[in-house]
Amino acid sequence: MKQFYSFVRKEFYHVFRDNKTLLMLFGLPITQIVLFGFALSNEIKNSNIVICDYANDQASHEIIDRIAVSRNFDIKKMILSEDEIEATFKEGDVKLVLVFPNNLNQTLIHSKTAQIQIIADATDPNTASTLTAYIQAILNSYQADMGGANKPAVQIIPEIRMLYNPELKGATNFVPGVMALVLFLICVLMTSVSIVKEKETGTMEILLVSPMNPLTIIIAKATPYFVLSLINLTVILLMSIFLLDMPLNGSLALLYLVSSIFILCALAAGLLISNSTDSQQAAMLISLMGMLLPIMLFTGFLFPLENMPMPLQIFANIVPSKWYYIIVKSIMIKGLGIMPILKETLILTGMTLFLLLVSLKKFKIRLA
Amino acid sequence: MNDVIVENLSKYFGKPPLTALDNISFEVGKGELFGLIGPDGAGKTTLFRILTTLLLPNSGKAIVNGSDIVKDYKAIRKKVGYMPGKFSLYQDLSVEENLHFFATIFDTTIAANYKLIEDIYKHIEPFKKRRAGALSGGMKQKLALCCALIHRPEVLFLDEPTTGVDSVSRKEFWEMLKRLKQEGITILVSTPYMDEANLCERIALIQDGEIMSIDTPQNITATYPYSLFAIKSTNMSQLLTDLRQYDPINSVFSFGEYHHISFKDEKNDTDTTLAYLQNLGHTALECHPISANIEDCFIHQMSTK
Repeated sequence: MKQFYSFVRKEFYHVFRDNKTLLMLFGLPITQIVLFGFALSNEIKNSNIVICDYANDQASHEIIDRIAVSRNFDIKKMILSEDEIEATFKEGDVKLVLVFPNNLNQTLIHSKTAQIQIIADATDPNTASTLTAYIQAILNSYQADMGGANKPAVQIIPEIRMLYNPELKGATNFVPGVMALVLFLICVLMTSVSIVKEKETGTMEILLVSPMNPLTIIIAKATPYFVLSLINLTVILLMSIFLLDMPLNGSLALLYLVSSIFILCALAAGLLISNSTDSQQAAMLISLMGMLLPIMLFTGFLFPLENMPMPLQIFANIVPSKWYYIIVKSIMIKGLGIMPILKETLILTGMTLFLLLVSLKKFKIRLA
Repeated sequence: MNDVIVENLSKYFGKPPLTALDNISFEVGKGELFGLIGPDGAGKTTLFRILTTLLLPNSGKAIVNGSDIVKDYKAIRKKVGYMPGKFSLYQDLSVEENLHFFATIFDTTIAANYKLIEDIYKHIEPFKKRRAGALSGGMKQKLALCCALIHRPEVLFLDEPTTGVDSVSRKEFWEMLKRLKQEGITILVSTPYMDEANLCERIALIQDGEIMSIDTPQNITATYPYSLFAIKSTNMSQLLTDLRQYDPINSVFSFGEYHHISFKDEKNDTDTTLAYLQNLGHTALECHPISANIEDCFIHQMSTK
C-alpha cells in the first residue's frame, strides 16, 4: 500500500511539474467546450438585418417588435432605395433585408392579403434559408394571431413542440458530444504517454527490476489520471451549465458514476496503446489520430448515425463514446434515471472490463 | 555456492537472428567485484538485462543469488540492484524524491539503509532539493547508485556506470565500489574502459557476444605472449605507418603518447628498428620495454580469435 501511495504521488509530481501536460489536461477541454459551445454552433445568432419600413404603421410595428424579441437578429432600420439595398449587401455585413410596402396595415385590412419582401444574401445558402425560415415563422405567427374571423374553411395548423430543447439550442447537442470526445481523448493520451515515457527514459527497466507487481504499477499509473479526469469532468459540467445554459435534469451522482465507468474505459484503452508502442510520439499519434476521427464520426454529435450506411452503423457500436453520448443526453437533458440507460451502461462496463483485462494480460513483465 | 552462475547462455535478436550472446558461461563468487570488459556492442548490456530478468535467453541457464532467472524472476527482482547504462531516474523529481521513491517501491526506507549509502549520498546531499535532471553527470551516477543500493541488494549490476563521467568522478566511483564490496555485496560492473579493468578482482573480456578470457587482471596480462615496447617520435602518425610497413614488427597499436610494438622473433631487435626509423627521418626517438596492459591483451586476443 505504501508502494502504491508513493507511486501515485510520483505521478502527480510528473503532471504538476510539466506545463505541457497541465495545459493539455485542462486547456484542451476548456478550449473544446468554448469552441463547440460558441464558435462551432449551427445556430445563427445576431445576424445583421435591415428593415426598410415604408409602411411605418401598426402592422409593420407589431411585426418588427416580434422580430426584435428574437435573439437571432440585430435589427437596423433604414429607408433604402432598391439600388441602396444592393449596395448594402455588397458591403457584406447585412444578411437579410426586409421591406414593408406602403400602407401595409390598410392593405391587410381591406384586401386580406399583402406582400412583404424578404431579400437574403444567398452566398451562404444555409444561412440564407435558415434566416428566411425564422422570418417566415414570425410572419406566420403574426398572421395566425391576426386571423381570427377570416379563417379559410379548412385549416390544418401543425402544433410543433420541440421536446427537451424547445429553443433548439446547439449546446444541448454538442456538450454531451464534446464531453465524450474530450474525456476519452485526454484519458487515452495521458495514460498511454505516461507509461511509454517510462519506457523511453529507461525508468521502466528499474521499475521492472523491483518487487512492484505489474498490477500495482498499472493501477498506480491510472489513479492520478482518473482523479484528474473527474476534476476535468467537473470543469466541463460547470462550464456547460453556467456558460452554455445546459440543463441538468437528471441525477448528478448517476452522471458521475457513469462518467467514471467511461473514464476507466478510456484509461484502459490508453494502457493498451502504451503496451504496444515504444515511443511517446507513436503513442500520441495513435491516441490522437487513431481515436479522434472515430470518436468525431461515430459518436453521433456531428453526423447523425442514422444517416450512415449499415456497416458504419454497426462499427459505431464498438466506439465507447457513442454509448456515453446517449447516456449523458438521457441524464442531463431528458432527466432519466438508471433503468432506461441500463443497456448502454452495461455495454460501457463490459467494454471497460474487456479492455482492462486485455491490457493487463498484455502488460510486459520484461523488456522484449 | 557462487552468487552468479551462467551456463551456456545465448541470445539472438531479430530476423535473420543476430547473435548478441554466444554460448557464454562464467561464475561470480559471493562478494566478488567482477568486471565485464568490452567495447560497445559486445553484448554487455544484453547479458545484464538477462541476469536482471529483463530479457529471456534463447538457450542456456543462469542462477542469480540462488534463483533461476526465468522461473524465479520475482525472487530475483527483490534482491538485486540494477543501474542501467542510460541515466534512468525521474528527471523531474528532486534528488530526495527519487531516493525516497525507490526506497518505498523496494518496501524499505531511506533511514533503514542510510549507512550503506551514506558515503555516496553525502556528496549529493547538498543538492537534495535539486531536480535530478539538473545534476552533473557524476552526481547523476552517484544518485543512480544510491537508488540502486537503497534496498541493500545481494547482487549489484552496474551497466557502464562510468561512461560519460569525468576522470575524478570515475576514480571516486570505483573507490565507492570497493567500500561496497566490503559490505559483502556481489558487484558485476561492465565498462568499455580497459584501464578500469585493474580495479576489478576478476574480469571477463567480452567481444561480439563471446567471452575471450576470464581471470584476474594480473593473470590476463601475464599471459601476453610477446615482449612489448613503447616507442615514440616527433611524428607519431608517420611512425605508425612506417612501423606497420617494417617487416620484423608483429603488431603496432597507438596508445596515447606511445605506440606499443611487439616483434615477430624473440630477438626483439630494438636497436636495428630505431636505426631504420632514423633513416626514414624520425627524430627524438624513444623506445623502452613495458609490460602488457589489459588493452594490449584485449587487442591480441581479438586478433587471434
